[in-house]
Amino acid sequence: MSLLEIRNLSVEFETVKGTFRAVDGVDLSIGENDILSIVGESGSGKSVSMLAVMGLLPWTANVTADKMEFEGRNLLTLSSKERRKIIGQDISMIFQEPMSSLNPCFTVGFQIGETLKEHLGLDRNARKKRAIELLDLVGIPAPEERLKAFPHQLSGGMSQRVMIAMAIACNPKLLVADEPTTALDVTIQAQIIDLLVNLQNEKGMALVLITHDMGVVAETAKRVVVMYAGQQVEQQEANGLFATPHHPYTHALLDALPERSLGLDRLPTIEGIVPGAGDRPDGCLFSPRCKYVQDDCRASVPPLENISDTTLRCFHPVDLEGQAT
Amino acid sequence: MTAAIEGHELKRYYQVKGEGFFAKPTILKAVDGASFSLESGKTLAIVGESGCGKSTLARLATMIEKPTEGNIFISGADPHAHGGAEIPRLRQDVQIIFQNPYGSLNPRKKVGVILEEPVIINQNVSAADRRRLAETMLDKVGLRPEHYDRYPHMFSGGQRQRIAIARALMLKPKVLIADEPVSALDISIQAQVLNILMDLQEEMNLALVFISHDLSVVRRIADQIMVMYLGKVVEQGEASTIFANPAHPYTQALLGATPAVDPKLRRERVKLTGELPSPLNPPPGCPFHTRCRFVQDICSSTAPPLETKFERLVACHFAEAAVES
Amino acid sequence: MDSVADTPRKSMLRQNLAEFWYYFSESKSAVVGLAFLAGIILMAIFADFIAPHDPTIQYRECLEHAPAWGEEKCNFIFGTDYAGRDMLSRIIYGTRLSLVAGGIVVLLCLSVGIVFGLLAGFFRGWVDTTIMRIMDTIMSVPGLLMALVLVAILGPGLLNAMIAISITYLPHFVRLTRSSYITESSKEYVIASKVAGAGRFRIMFITILPNCMAPLIVQGTLSFSTAILDTAALGFLGMGAQPPAPEWGTLIAENRDLMLSAPWTVTFPGLAILLAVLAINLMGDGLRDALDPKMKRS
Repeated sequence: MSLLEIRNLSVEFETVKGTFRAVDGVDLSIGENDILSIVGESGSGKSVSMLAVMGLLPWTANVTADKMEFEGRNLLTLSSKERRKIIGQDISMIFQEPMSSLNPCFTVGFQIGETLKEHLGLDRNARKKRAIELLDLVGIPAPEERLKAFPHQLSGGMSQRVMIAMAIACNPKLLVADEPTTALDVTIQAQIIDLLVNLQNEKGMALVLITHDMGVVAETAKRVVVMYAGQQVEQQEANGLFATPHHPYTHALLDALPERSLGLDRLPTIEGIVPGAGDRPDGCLFSPRCKYVQDDCRASVPPLENISDTTLRCFHPVDLEGQAT
Repeated sequence: MTAAIEGHELKRYYQVKGEGFFAKPTILKAVDGASFSLESGKTLAIVGESGCGKSTLARLATMIEKPTEGNIFISGADPHAHGGAEIPRLRQDVQIIFQNPYGSLNPRKKVGVILEEPVIINQNVSAADRRRLAETMLDKVGLRPEHYDRYPHMFSGGQRQRIAIARALMLKPKVLIADEPVSALDISIQAQVLNILMDLQEEMNLALVFISHDLSVVRRIADQIMVMYLGKVVEQGEASTIFANPAHPYTQALLGATPAVDPKLRRERVKLTGELPSPLNPPPGCPFHTRCRFVQDICSSTAPPLETKFERLVACHFAEAAVES
Repeated sequence: MDSVADTPRKSMLRQNLAEFWYYFSESKSAVVGLAFLAGIILMAIFADFIAPHDPTIQYRECLEHAPAWGEEKCNFIFGTDYAGRDMLSRIIYGTRLSLVAGGIVVLLCLSVGIVFGLLAGFFRGWVDTTIMRIMDTIMSVPGLLMALVLVAILGPGLLNAMIAISITYLPHFVRLTRSSYITESSKEYVIASKVAGAGRFRIMFITILPNCMAPLIVQGTLSFSTAILDTAALGFLGMGAQPPAPEWGTLIAENRDLMLSAPWTVTFPGLAILLAVLAINLMGDGLRDALDPKMKRS
């Protein structure tokens, strides 16, 4: 049975210019001990969809789904009190900006202790012991001293480690990492990714990695969901996706990576930009930029279909040779 | 042939207030001895993590700041000689684009005004000619003449970066400093902007100083590389030589930490333990010795000189061991 | 590819205005405040046509006449004061003085405050220290007391009152300009201008200043209402506009002795002050919501 099961998730925002659909028909299923990566460019709805699962969106957001279940419990109908019990304990999350994710007014020890007190009801001494254990687990040297440190005394990498320590404090079953390394330096990024994957292995939790960095995805994820303009366009095993992407968007995106075109004079590009709120095309959202576009693509939105081991939203998927069928 | 831009033993120190009320000010050695020489049409990539001094080097090259020691030469002329009398003339030859496309354009000015500002300040050109020049430039970076009258907030990140490029090239400079020009952009947009940079470099015979932490981009675009760590140059030479076989342990670690999609391009991950030391209080001897896997006693006492080994400049006592590994 | 920027140019301004109005009109009280203020301004402009009587004519037969409606003799809706002048007309003409006082105070503060703030922010060092310490000194004395002392030195009168009030408000504007200048000056577009060769003057006034205006506009609006209040206070204390000028504070002062026998003579000017200040404050809050990017929701 999968841990988190989502069918047809949509999120809409009311704005000055009318309704904006940030997430449009996303299907996800995350098993225990799974590493799923959600990739997409900015504005593709990758963060918003997970925030919707966590119930962390502002009230202006309108979340709808056919099914949104965590361990068989329906997250849509849960009262906010019950939801809070799950969020932070069974599902937790880390964010892109480690420096601003920690409250600058309180020490690291206090902030970790808060989580432990809220969810596990540990007493003072047990909290301290557990906090030291956690900091040690995420590779912070001299954890006893670090407990008294304020966030501004920590570097970006250290802050992210503290965030991870807080996130795994209650042994969550699912950890959502939203661009956890984007704000960090390359060598620190490698450390944090290794830490996350090791923790995932040791603790047997599921990990959802939201990122735009294809390299990070290729080196960590087992399965990959590719999102474009709020829609899920492709889902595949990581190896398969990077070897034979089937959606024209995934295909073009991978081609645009600098490392894939070392021999070429210029980088292959995707012409145009992601459609905004006001100019979404009628048919397939990628059709205005697609190399393989045909008339039916412009007429109607392709449904999300399973083709062998791939979930695709495309009428004319690209096969192995890079030709549209 | 004189180099378009040349740096000779550039140093830039800042006085920083110490912690505490009575603490003595400490000296921050942001750039500590960097030399380079770049011809027209070539690209020099300056690579390093935060605090390595790459952005300070950009400020020195654009003559916003004066080097504490050493000299900079623009087409052979020293701007800081004769009390800086030549700066206004030489400034036109060196222009810059920044990382954050949202911060680098004045939000209260129309695109046309932004583009024409450098011309208004430096040259005596009629309004009609200025406008024609601005529109030509917009065309060159793939925007349309009607964008002349729009405000920056109406453009996406990639389009803004194009405007920034257009502005930098309005004065027909000989040198373009690009400070992390694509790190804030999505992959597909990144490819577009890189292509534009390469096209314009070819067309205008620009010397391009490309500052970046992303080695997969650097590998794509650079002719020469300068790797910096805490203000010091640790390795410098032809890009192909260094990418084929990095000789400094830090360069190796950087390459190893850069995630790659293609398994063939993945290097064995040389794990760096520990954090980046603070540039305010760099380790004695070789600045990298606290995180280096080849460290020996001499490293913590004597700073290795930058010398020619294996057809490049490298500052390491044990470059031989590093190359062989 | 240019979907974002492809809206026709003409509608650009309209779109900006529409967005401004969207945020502004989210607060109903701000809209009410704006409408009321518009009414006051119209009243000030067309006072000659609206006011039923000349504000200085003394109707000797109707001294201290209570408010009356539809009477044949002494038909004064707001009553008359100790000298038999029509209260309504005096209040209507008073709007002119109050609005002018508020407006001039804000203009003085903005122009002087911006210059000092920019100088402090640009030069830093001793220029900054000198300017800011002077401003701190001004702020350390209670505003009205400071204004009283200044008027005592300059001599009573509406113009001097306005100057005095401007000086007491100046520190807020200087501080605000300085802080937003410092925030803006570290942005990359400023460096880009420097690289393009822009001089000091250009950087200060053309590149950065327009980006500091939003908080200044809000501060200006809110100061407008306090300026009206303080002008009235000085007028009441006899240090502001001098009788027979129908300034609101002066109106209350000259009828102070009649507070018990003819309460309408002080009630209506007081109400006028209250409503005008309230309207401007409500509008100022709405402006802040619409202009302050920190409060803007996406």
